[in-house]
Amino acid sequence: MAYELIAIGTSLGGLSALKTLLGYLPKEFPAALAVVQHRHRESDEVLSSFLQQFTLLPVHEVEDKEQIQPGNVYFAPADYHLLVESGYFSLSIDEPVSYARPSIDVLFESTADAYAERAIGVLLTGANQDGVQGLSILKARGGMTIVQDPDTAESPTLPNAAIANVAVDLILPLSQIAPQLIQLCTSAGGYSCKPSLQ
Amino acid sequence: MDCIDPMKELQLEDVEVQLLIEGLYRRYGYDFRNYAQASLKRRIHSFLKVEGLPSISVLQAQVLRDRAYADRLLMGLTVNTTAMFRDPSFYMAFRQQVVPILRTYPFIRIWHAGCSTGQEVYSMAILLQEEELYHRCRIYATDANEQVLRTARNGIYPAKQMQEYTQLYLKAGGQRTFSEYYTASYESVILRPTLRERIVFGEHNLVTDGSFNEFNVIICRNVLIYFNQILQNHVHELFYNSLCKFGILGLGRQETLRFTKYETLYEDLVKAEKLYRRRS
Repeated sequence: MAYELIAIGTSLGGLSALKTLLGYLPKEFPAALAVVQHRHRESDEVLSSFLQQFTLLPVHEVEDKEQIQPGNVYFAPADYHLLVESGYFSLSIDEPVSYARPSIDVLFESTADAYAERAIGVLLTGANQDGVQGLSILKARGGMTIVQDPDTAESPTLPNAAIANVAVDLILPLSQIAPQLIQLCTSAGGYSCKPSLQ
Repeated sequence: MDCIDPMKELQLEDVEVQLLIEGLYRRYGYDFRNYAQASLKRRIHSFLKVEGLPSISVLQAQVLRDRAYADRLLMGLTVNTTAMFRDPSFYMAFRQQVVPILRTYPFIRIWHAGCSTGQEVYSMAILLQEEELYHRCRIYATDANEQVLRTARNGIYPAKQMQEYTQLYLKAGGQRTFSEYYTASYESVILRPTLRERIVFGEHNLVTDGSFNEFNVIICRNVLIYFNQILQNHVHELFYNSLCKFGILGLGRQETLRFTKYETLYEDLVKAEKLYRRRS
């Protein structure tokens, strides 16, 4: 089964990490990407328009019930949780999770529910632990899990916490994550055998 | 095999969620059947955690037999995040773009659907008072939940929130000193009673209840995000039929008519703030 959705979570240092990661993906990239970057609740669409300069893929701030289309990058809007349903996104203004709204856990857990083994979860640089629990649930549901090598992270707290708590599939330096995603999402028939750390 | 396959467990849980929702509907008439699944599931799970229950099935058994417990679950399943002048740019746009239109009407009926504990309704009342339009207005503020309506009617809020509300009020284009609008009493503030004068609070369920008047403005912000597309279309039909010609619809910042059947029946009034105007 092919990977259809890549959920990405990051906080401190995320902007430049996302620049690198998204900038590397080709125009015909066959999966959709959903991103939670912790941000101030009054920040506007500057984040997505900034990142649009560095990627060939169209970048959106999600509007409620927006369809999930391959080759698009979807950002959680400020002050809303981003939730994945089957084929589309929902938003919520439920209370913050781990002090965060949007919360990475909320994105990852709903991704695990709706896409399970068709999803990849990626945790990048970050200064807290939001996302660790979600990654562990995604892993349990058969999704692929990738964590940025803490040595290459501007803030290693989040990657370290993920590695300590989840048997993640891959730990990769930032520069290797996008090439790996391309390989995972485009190599025909290679999805059944997951690469592992062993 | 003894170990539960994670996929099977996921499917099992989906069945449990469906049964609980169906049970709530058949036993009490609470209709969550067309709510957005992902957030509903999260809320059920956090309710389980708070109550220390092992599974959704256990919750279901208890809910079906105990009405008070069902009401507690109901509170847990509905969202009541709100603040005065939440998204201040919305109020600023309303002041600048909608108020001039409203000035042309002799009498203005506003429906605030899903008003929760009332903060955003009182914000509108303040705005209209400052624009010297309030005496010509009637605001119908509705919610499906009786408990939050009681708070809304009282207009009493924790004093510790006033600092935040003051900031938002100023960003929203407020023209006075925010503290003029309330009286502080210990840990609480009571909003000035004149703000309530033109507001009618009432119970109305967007899922099950119909149209009850014709309005010049309908405000429904961050309520429909909890519904699936079937239910959103249903509510938009209700709104469309409840708006007068050229009436104004205000949605939440990340809500849109784009994915509904009603997109072509409105034009953008202020695109970024999701203020729409009925075409005819």
